[in-house]
Amino acid sequence: MKSELTVKAIENGTVIDHIQAENLYKIISIIGIENIDTEVFIGNNLDSKKYGKKAIIKIADKFPSMDDVNKIALIDPNAVINIIKDYKVVDKQQVELPNTIKKFVKCINPKCITNHDDVETDFKVVKKDGKIGLKCYYCEKVTGQNNIEVIK
Amino acid sequence: MKNKSLISINDFSKEEYFKILDLAEEFQKNPNQKLLENHVVASLFFEPSTRTRLSFETAVQRLGGRVIGFSEASSTSVSKGESLKDTILTVSRYADLIIMRHPIEGSARHASVVSDKPIINAGDGSNQHPTQCLLDLYSIRKTQGTLENLNLFLVGDLKYGRTVHSLLQAMAQFNPVFNFVSPPSLRMPQEYKDHLDELGIKYYEHDQLDENINHADIIYVTRVQKERFSDPMDYEKVKNAYILKNKMLENTKPNLKILHPLPRVNEINTDVDTNEKAYYFDQAENGVYTRMAIMALMLGIK
Ligand SMILES: [Zn+2]
Repeated sequence: MKSELTVKAIENGTVIDHIQAENLYKIISIIGIENIDTEVFIGNNLDSKKYGKKAIIKIADKFPSMDDVNKIALIDPNAVINIIKDYKVVDKQQVELPNTIKKFVKCINPKCITNHDDVETDFKVVKKDGKIGLKCYYCEKVTGQNNIEVIK
Repeated sequence: MKNKSLISINDFSKEEYFKILDLAEEFQKNPNQKLLENHVVASLFFEPSTRTRLSFETAVQRLGGRVIGFSEASSTSVSKGESLKDTILTVSRYADLIIMRHPIEGSARHASVVSDKPIINAGDGSNQHPTQCLLDLYSIRKTQGTLENLNLFLVGDLKYGRTVHSLLQAMAQFNPVFNFVSPPSLRMPQEYKDHLDELGIKYYEHDQLDENINHADIIYVTRVQKERFSDPMDYEKVKNAYILKNKMLENTKPNLKILHPLPRVNEINTDVDTNEKAYYFDQAENGVYTRMAIMALMLGIK
């Protein structure tokens, strides 16, 4: 509750909570917060029992698309998305990694067809040693979690 | 297998491999069968590869089919800026089957998505070249009588060699022992070794080509290319370290066969050629039968 008070409450919109502090800036970039024209509140390095330090993002009057949820899951699978109406949480969802990721991530392989022709990327999500990788449907190369670059 | 494309060696199951190898054996016994008489096959080589192209085109001709296509992209509409998608959509209206080689990785998969005719990947950059892998399996099974429990030596450039990576993935399903012989800078990538670890398959790494080969059932040699070394001195140091010579074969197993995807430069000494353990030209010939089998199955005429 403490963190809720630290950052101003919103009447309607989305609260992305339980972000590990180190993932905050990646999430800001992956969902393109710079293009949002409504009120946005960001809190970082807030105390959390679970992680030590956590981050929170509150976005007024906007609700996430499936794509946005997938993007967040890719960066921080532990994040929680709260949908707020009239200052109340009406829906709370733990993000979940999908089996496939389409369009918004770039393939790391410069020789891949998706980096040459007008072909949308398409990856299978693979997990190894607790790390996430994206295996390209076309060139079969794996883009590691640390190399994920978003197509805007 | 009818109408299915062959893009990656992982597209086909073990059972499908056997179906292809069995039919290839039939074609070897009787290589001229007019099964493709009413078919047109497109052979699209966006980058030149004379050996692969001739092998495929021989396979079509032996089956009585006709070939259209090109052997390099510079003389085609591609050089005028046509997208791969448009080229494939057009050619798929003309031909019953498309064989393609392209320098961009994933291009063949993309073609198989846009085309309603089956595509055979004849090499997409450093990614896949599945018909090479199938002809290697054919050659191994034919000479050893089985694919199971073999001791395989892979020699040369194991880091960038697409052929050895595909062969490793395919053979890993048959409980082999692998021996990797390469310069330290061209070792088998970790991801492939991890894959073998997961499957519980044994492998050993060697810096030298030495008497260890006396345990081999198959020695698969690949070329160490100069352009893979950032320092030319490093290349000079290793270039003669992995040459297979006839006298090294003295105490090898009687069933040993030496394979090479060709073209060879100097990594197998020519004095090996007359040794009955040399199998690389037979292997090239097997490529024709294997490709005949693949095409006949994909067109549903066998
Ligand atoms: Zn790719």
